[in-house]
Amino acid sequence: MFEIIPERNQLVVKKLTDCFGESIERSEVLADMLCLTVKSAVIQEVIFFLHNDKELQFNFLTTLCGMHYPDREQLGVVYHLHSFENNHRIRIKTEVPLSDPKLSTITTIWPSANWQERETFEFYGIIFEGHPNLQRILNVDDMEGFPMRKDFPLEDQTRDDKDDSFFGR
Amino acid sequence: MAKELNTDYWDKDLVKAEEPREYNTLNVGPTHPATHGVFQNVMLMDGEFIVSTEQTIGYIHRAFEKIAERRPFYQITPLTDRLNYCSAPLNNMGWHMTVEKLLGIEIPKRVDYLRIIIMELSRIADHVICNSVIGVDSGALTGFTYIFQDREFIYEIYEEICGSRLTTNMGRIGGFERNFSPKVWDKIRYFLKTFPAKLQELENLLVRNRIFMDRTINVGAFSAERALAYGFTGPNLRACGVDYDIRVMNPYCSYDEFDFIVPVGQSGDTYDRFMVRQEEMKQSISIIRQALDKLDKMEDKETYFAKDPRFVLPPKEKVYNNMEALIWHFKIVMGETDIPAGEVYHCIEAANGELGFYLVSDGGRTPSRLHFRRPCFIYYQAYPEMVKGNMLSDAILTMSSMNVIAGELDA
Repeated sequence: MFEIIPERNQLVVKKLTDCFGESIERSEVLADMLCLTVKSAVIQEVIFFLHNDKELQFNFLTTLCGMHYPDREQLGVVYHLHSFENNHRIRIKTEVPLSDPKLSTITTIWPSANWQERETFEFYGIIFEGHPNLQRILNVDDMEGFPMRKDFPLEDQTRDDKDDSFFGR
Repeated sequence: MAKELNTDYWDKDLVKAEEPREYNTLNVGPTHPATHGVFQNVMLMDGEFIVSTEQTIGYIHRAFEKIAERRPFYQITPLTDRLNYCSAPLNNMGWHMTVEKLLGIEIPKRVDYLRIIIMELSRIADHVICNSVIGVDSGALTGFTYIFQDREFIYEIYEEICGSRLTTNMGRIGGFERNFSPKVWDKIRYFLKTFPAKLQELENLLVRNRIFMDRTINVGAFSAERALAYGFTGPNLRACGVDYDIRVMNPYCSYDEFDFIVPVGQSGDTYDRFMVRQEEMKQSISIIRQALDKLDKMEDKETYFAKDPRFVLPPKEKVYNNMEALIWHFKIVMGETDIPAGEVYHCIEAANGELGFYLVSDGGRTPSRLHFRRPCFIYYQAYPEMVKGNMLSDAILTMSSMNVIAGELDA
């Protein structure tokens, strides 16, 4: 378990709500980590703020990954940030509509986001605006569809006898 | 009269040359013996110097994250084996601990110590490969052939515990499948007795070897600032001088009870990466010794799993004679046990760095999303920046010292 530091969590929430107000939609502690839900329009600014703030010092992008919420017709991106100075980890979530999945890149803040954003684009079709080279990375270039979306079948797509219900879902 | 010497071109270096330079394109990989894995680098070469590098990855992409969405929790363990296949037990333990965190299972101390022994053994196995291969790539094959006997011995210990060697699928959610046999303890003790001398032998072959030093010092150096920006973790980050070790920062599995040093380098070059791994192996041996001492002092010699029936297979005699046990056996094997909804992130200090699991469960029998934070995938991006302006032969060494494992890179 990561150590839960309530004062640190409160400080992060307070600073962000002071600065971004309504754009911080929700903050909750899930298991052992503070989790913030942020409007997609301000995601780059929020992360830039967390990175540059003298007190918070989130200097490390642990990981970022995509999500698909089929019942809400939304795609999401989850960022895990880490402050080495305070040994504090937080999770930032944002959602974009499936019909227009556009989000600002954070490669300008951390170059390590480059491939992770490419992977997210490839898996979910989320377009990161301002990314230097937004192409498929793990699969072939001419692949069609976005394989990690829930409606993409796991088994052979040309066969109809392999229904997903046989495989647990 | 002698013709006057034309000194114009003396101070023209590579960059200032007026004539357009002719570059060559060189393919390194996908199946080059020096890449130690399946990935391609298309290098633009100016003579023997690298101007730019373009990486192609994904040759062994197996869609683990997609498959994991359709598999019950036990069937995901074999997927984690195949991430960093040089230290599979580390990945197994990391995954089990992630599920335990979601379920809130209390793990007995003895299980923690058993896990630490296995994790440190596999860290040694991983570092042994990496360090001896740095030697091979700089032309010293001898150390590699000697030290591989000990890696083989570690695999024999795995075999004694779980029956397999490379992709171990070791342990269970909540502990181990069975207690360690006396033979395992004998082998671990024998390993601890013989390995340090062999490790020293490898070190003697390389550390003050003039050729090795010339080939590695100041080759592929990287600053701590850039390393953090590129998401380096593990030995590669520590070689740059940042003392970030999850075992110390966010202790898991009772690592906080152990006394060990986190080695750091200074310049982040190939030599530092080698030295950091070398010292880490010695620390791992010390950790295993401490764990053995702690286990010896414990009165309890039988506990090897948590007292949680949801994920621990009942003993075979009961399965054959008892209806309830048979039902539980079936439910566990088929993945019909309930998982609470929730989301957790758990990370361990794997051999290459921070191996993270972001697990989202919606209460079904499978995860609704599982994301692996693979350290290789994140830090391998920095490779073009690290080798730019270096010679091709140095680029090969830089790559092997980064310990890029294709399985982890491509998932």
